[in-house]
Amino acid sequence: MSIDETTAARVAKLARIKVAPDALSALADEFNTILGFIEQLSEVDVDGVEPMTSVTPQVLKRRADVVTEGHQQAAILANAPDAREGFFAVPKVVE
Amino acid sequence: MAGLNAMTLAAARDALRKGEVSSVELTQACLTAIDGAGALNAFVHHTPELAMDAAKSADQRLKAGDAPAMCGLPIGIKDLFCTKGVPSQAGSRILEGFLPPYESTVSQNLLDSGAVMLGKLNMDEFAMGSSNETSVYGNVVNPWRRGNDETPLTPGGSSGGSAAAVAADLCLAATGTDTGGSIRQPAAFTGTVGIKPTYGRCSRWGIVAFASSLDQAGPMTKTVRDAAIMLAAMCGHDPKDSTSADLPVPDFEAALTGDVRGKTIGIPKEYRMDGMPQEIEALWSDGIAMMKDAGAKIVDISLPHTKYALPAYYVIAPAEASSNLARYDGVRYGHRARLSQGDGITEMYEKTRAEGFGPEVRRRIMIGTYVLSAGFYDAYYNRARKVRTLIKKDFEDVFAQGVDAILTPATPSAAFGLGEMTDADPVAMYLNDVFTVTVNLAGLPGIAVPAGLDRQGLPLGLQLIGKPWEEADLLSTAYALEKAAGFVAKPSKWW
Repeated sequence: MSIDETTAARVAKLARIKVAPDALSALADEFNTILGFIEQLSEVDVDGVEPMTSVTPQVLKRRADVVTEGHQQAAILANAPDAREGFFAVPKVVE
Repeated sequence: MAGLNAMTLAAARDALRKGEVSSVELTQACLTAIDGAGALNAFVHHTPELAMDAAKSADQRLKAGDAPAMCGLPIGIKDLFCTKGVPSQAGSRILEGFLPPYESTVSQNLLDSGAVMLGKLNMDEFAMGSSNETSVYGNVVNPWRRGNDETPLTPGGSSGGSAAAVAADLCLAATGTDTGGSIRQPAAFTGTVGIKPTYGRCSRWGIVAFASSLDQAGPMTKTVRDAAIMLAAMCGHDPKDSTSADLPVPDFEAALTGDVRGKTIGIPKEYRMDGMPQEIEALWSDGIAMMKDAGAKIVDISLPHTKYALPAYYVIAPAEASSNLARYDGVRYGHRARLSQGDGITEMYEKTRAEGFGPEVRRRIMIGTYVLSAGFYDAYYNRARKVRTLIKKDFEDVFAQGVDAILTPATPSAAFGLGEMTDADPVAMYLNDVFTVTVNLAGLPGIAVPAGLDRQGLPLGLQLIGKPWEEADLLSTAYALEKAAGFVAKPSKWW
């Protein structure tokens, strides 16, 4: 399977990473190299094999459904590139 | 005479307890060494004031006879660990300016056990790389050189800053993390010891996530004994990481008998790769002979799916990374791109992520996005997870046959020159992890032990792989290998 520039552009869009149009061809080439390497997996007989979900057999613990560390608005916003009036601020989402 | 900064954790601990040295003196020696080692670019965020404060309180605790395991011992922390109020960027521009309001569980455990943090250590961006050349801070330079040749060499990656700092005696030990070999490969390239424990042994909470089903923290140290001491201080159950194991932590140091008589060491034939340098082959044979002389039984084993480990890894790790790194959106922390008039939220995401992530990270996020996208999920991601099941079963089968540990080379070569792989395709760089990545996929503990020098005078390492949760036994076997190999070489100081 070969990735063309259109597919590379679609993947970049899905990943929300801006790629300049003149960089798409090189990107598609890199994808093809990596996918060519990954392609070896098709040689393996995986009939009846369960896909791994957890590498160590364990039952994930549950904790009580309670607030543990609430009321930390200032700490949460402290690292925001743009915080206003107690909120994260972003460019206008709707017109 | 070597300075205090050249001490091992064990020797410094004993000297501190006897009152022969103070933590302030040890810490000062390390800070001076760090100041003189700018050329290595290992420490990227310096915290001398925090270090001196911690050293002073450690000295008080020592005087009061209340000294926990790491009390007063100065160490470095990989930039991947969130440290409260101290920059934690994972080697990435996208986390520029980020000051965590919390401390990772592993670094907190170390602080609780009295350790003194000297600063944060350079690494490949988001731990994606095998040469420490993808860092926003620039390359780390290996303190080792090829004899008198001044070509700067890679310390390996992603924990390259940690490895270089320990090898150059800038700190007594350092934390690392390992997703595909990021502790063991740099340890091998710098003549240091690095252990990746069983998946779940160390809490991942507060460690910037790369591939959550593979990531594990571990110590990078000068000796196996130090690895045992520091691992015990790092690990343990943590309710904040649901995959952290609720198992007792053994006394790893007490278990270091170095007695391998009656133990069975497996030698996997699939690790004898085509084109493997003769020196690696010879090192491996020497290691086998050492274990045999020490009384271990050597058996040939087969791990038939080894060949497929790297391809499976390069589906699973990017897939998890694409999901984990979706959080870097320029909204809650770190870098946000300067926007043009009329740019909306989508442009903000796309520009921020294009600017904030380096080329290797962008590549892996996009590969991960592709293998998880509609129509390819089964062909790539699910197939890779099935192959992972088979790789784990390979190991389970040999352990069921009575194998106690597996001996392999740690890396396919010695440290290479910085920039030497620049023109190679990405896959050539990925091959660095060929001997280590199986261990992450199977969730097992693995340790790199320095075992010899190549013709150019560069260190080479061997890897031992153990059974899940049996780090104590693995460390003891590694201790036997370390004793037999008798590796004492240090890089000559040029920096």
